[in-house]
Amino acid sequence: MQPRKFEKLQEIINKHEGKVSHLIAILQEVQAEYRYLPEEVLTYVATAMGVSPATVYGVATFYAQFSLVPKGKYIIRVCDGTACHVRGAAPINFALRKELALPDQQQTTDDLQFTVETVSCLGACGLAPVVTINDQEVHGQMTPEGVLAVLAKLQAREQQPAEQA
Amino acid sequence: MQTGQVYIDGQAVPVGDAQNILEVVRKAGIELPTFCYHSELSVYGACRLCMVEVESMGLVASCSTPPADGMIIHTNTRRTRRLRRMILELLLANHDRECPTCAKNTGCKLQKLARQYGVNTIRFGNRDEKLPIDASGSSIVKDPNKCILCGDCVRMCREVQGLGIWDFAHRGSKTQVTTAFGKDLADVACVNCGQCVAVCPTGALTVKSEIDRAWSAIHDPAKTVVVQIAPAVRVALGEEFGLAAGSAVTGKIVAALKKMGVDRVFDTLIAADLTTIEESMEFMSRMENGGKLPLFTSCCPGWIKYCEQMHGELLENLSSCRSPQQMFGSLVKKHYAKKIGKTSGEVVCISVMPCTAKKFEAQRPEFTTDGVYDVDIVLTTVELAQMIKEAGLVFDDLEPAGFDNPLGMGSGGALIFGASGGVMESVVRFVSGYLGGPEVGRVDYHPARGIEGIKEAAVTVKDKTLKVAVVNGLANAENLLQRIKNGEADYHLVEVMACPGGCVGGGGQPDANDTAARVQRLKSIYRLDAVEQVHKAQDNVYVNKIINEWLQGPGSHAAHHDLHTGYVHRRRITGKPMEITGDAGNGQVDVSVCIGTGCYLRGSYEVLTRFTDLVRVCGLEGYVRLNGTFCLEHCDQGVSVRVNDEIITGVTPENAEEVFRNKIAVRCGTTVQV
Ligand code: SF4
Ligand code: SF4
Ligand code: FES
Repeated sequence: MQPRKFEKLQEIINKHEGKVSHLIAILQEVQAEYRYLPEEVLTYVATAMGVSPATVYGVATFYAQFSLVPKGKYIIRVCDGTACHVRGAAPINFALRKELALPDQQQTTDDLQFTVETVSCLGACGLAPVVTINDQEVHGQMTPEGVLAVLAKLQAREQQPAEQA
Repeated sequence: MQTGQVYIDGQAVPVGDAQNILEVVRKAGIELPTFCYHSELSVYGACRLCMVEVESMGLVASCSTPPADGMIIHTNTRRTRRLRRMILELLLANHDRECPTCAKNTGCKLQKLARQYGVNTIRFGNRDEKLPIDASGSSIVKDPNKCILCGDCVRMCREVQGLGIWDFAHRGSKTQVTTAFGKDLADVACVNCGQCVAVCPTGALTVKSEIDRAWSAIHDPAKTVVVQIAPAVRVALGEEFGLAAGSAVTGKIVAALKKMGVDRVFDTLIAADLTTIEESMEFMSRMENGGKLPLFTSCCPGWIKYCEQMHGELLENLSSCRSPQQMFGSLVKKHYAKKIGKTSGEVVCISVMPCTAKKFEAQRPEFTTDGVYDVDIVLTTVELAQMIKEAGLVFDDLEPAGFDNPLGMGSGGALIFGASGGVMESVVRFVSGYLGGPEVGRVDYHPARGIEGIKEAAVTVKDKTLKVAVVNGLANAENLLQRIKNGEADYHLVEVMACPGGCVGGGGQPDANDTAARVQRLKSIYRLDAVEQVHKAQDNVYVNKIINEWLQGPGSHAAHHDLHTGYVHRRRITGKPMEITGDAGNGQVDVSVCIGTGCYLRGSYEVLTRFTDLVRVCGLEGYVRLNGTFCLEHCDQGVSVRVNDEIITGVTPENAEEVFRNKIAVRCGTTVQV
């Protein structure tokens, strides 16, 4: 598993010819490979591209799409834009965090299965409040109970990986 | 070049060669406030303090707007005034306002402008979050709570030093100027030059003070305190007492130190003369014996650390001479202490330097005698000025005094070490005199002089033509090194100083430490040199005495031992290795392939992929744990590989398989048997 990733990393850099103007695209592809941007990988990217690691760090922390800490296999986004907020995003978020026993300031479960994040507007205000899973599944008009049911399904899916595959 | 004129507050002003409105406004005798504008750096346009109103354009940032013929500009309107005040108020609201105890107190630009623009209340509360202060480095302290995000340090380190240690990270209200991954300054490639401190307008970046340690030594009756003063200090310290940039105040500094209770006041110049002699002899011997060339000077600790980190392949090109500061320290601890019947621990050597990197240099482990540092305390020019103030001495009233002997005399060639090109000129003087005999007389070598970043010249000594180069600023140095590597340039001798203008522009010099001040200091140094009767290093009788009496003659073993040094490969950044294969469990063989820059460029990626394949082919997945590591500090012999505790150098994609079988697979074999 790991050696593949490392080869892929170098391939990504080569594909972009190490161009500094491609840094964002490179980081996007690297993140797709590692699911986050580990420090040592960013240092490698800086070395390979001949730029200062501080610059790479700056870019990686500027964009919300990048994460320097590992994320879970399932990224649950709870929309907290105005529409979702007034229609009860906070209790949904609270219910999820409580169920997953996430302490304050922590977004990802220790087993790296789930990450819970809030976002400001997913652009689906008609469905408020909205929750997405890995930016693919969209669940509208959510309630605390509803979101726990969605979570339970994901957890069940993890229990029987063979059938899913 | 623009033609035409603009109207500034009703006054017609020719545009001339001004690049932006700000420059024209300054020509009109109006001072616009700025944080992020420095003529030495690129234009950033972020602080918005320099806003002016231009008719038919509205409010514009004058630093980033070019002037156009006929422009009607107002610098002092209701809107500009309100705006400036508001910006200052907002900056202050987000700033730790502990002014009276801040190292930058009275020297802070934010404080000065707040007063100048009449900001006398702040309608917002204090910030509640306190970020940690970084005092990990030897020379520089970073207090992020005082940073106003002007980015001056970011551009200075990137554009002038080519290092890019600082950058903006995070976003919005969380934006910070920080190092890579927010690491401590001691864990990244910072060379301690202090140029970022010199441009920081607030107390966010300051010099690490050694003032309290200096007072303790002075007040300790059991210690003999010996001070050395670098050349660039004497043409700058007066600025801290309101004198014009470049005022020469040598005698007053000596007098102040004596009044403060220092036992002996000596001059770094004597060690600079020794450096000239040792380095010239080394140079001539390399020329004769086909040694490594070009020879690079080694007086600047910022350049040395840079070279150790970035150019492992050039370490043998560095002169083995210790810097004047360290030659001096070595003489004091190894010889002078004995002369006065003391041990090296009973003598405290304080040096006064224009430089922050000297603080790092003094702490290098190789510069010790009997377990104590050769140079115990390094004070910057500004720190000494502070001590003079603390002692209550009225600088104006000080009667000049002379240095003590036997370490108090230096030649003009030593004096000019403080200027970019000075070491080069001093070597040229020595070599001319050495080869040409006494009738050579004074040798003034003008091509080496001046503030320019890169100076190149040829000099003929006797029948030999020597190609020389002088650079200041590490970005300029890097540029020159690349040209040498590409074969576009070649030299016999290269002088490198990290700071613009050389040591006169060091990170420990008084504010304003800009081009204008540096030029005045340079001129002053050459004026002092012009009237100095002892012109060349070899004319200094004290140096000759020391070489013969303390060091057993020129070129002796003692001279080499006491005055020379070696260099190490240094990693640029700390951090954990990159995992290539997962943990292989107990008894595994740990294999780390260096992916630091030196090795990366020599093919560590290919070596790593070879190893990965071989692990698979040989079925050793359970036995080998493969890592990529950032620098094993053998950069000149890469690719370096560490197998358990053994470091193997010179690995190439071609010999990778052989290395794998002989050094790695073998160990797995024994592991399997156990
Ligand atoms: S001290 Fe010099 S090298 Fe270090 S961060 Fe500041 S400018 Fe860069
Ligand atoms: S540390 Fe100083 S120079 Fe750097 S951005 Fe902050 S205030 Fe500006
Ligand atoms: S880059 Fe330093 S040992 Fe490889």
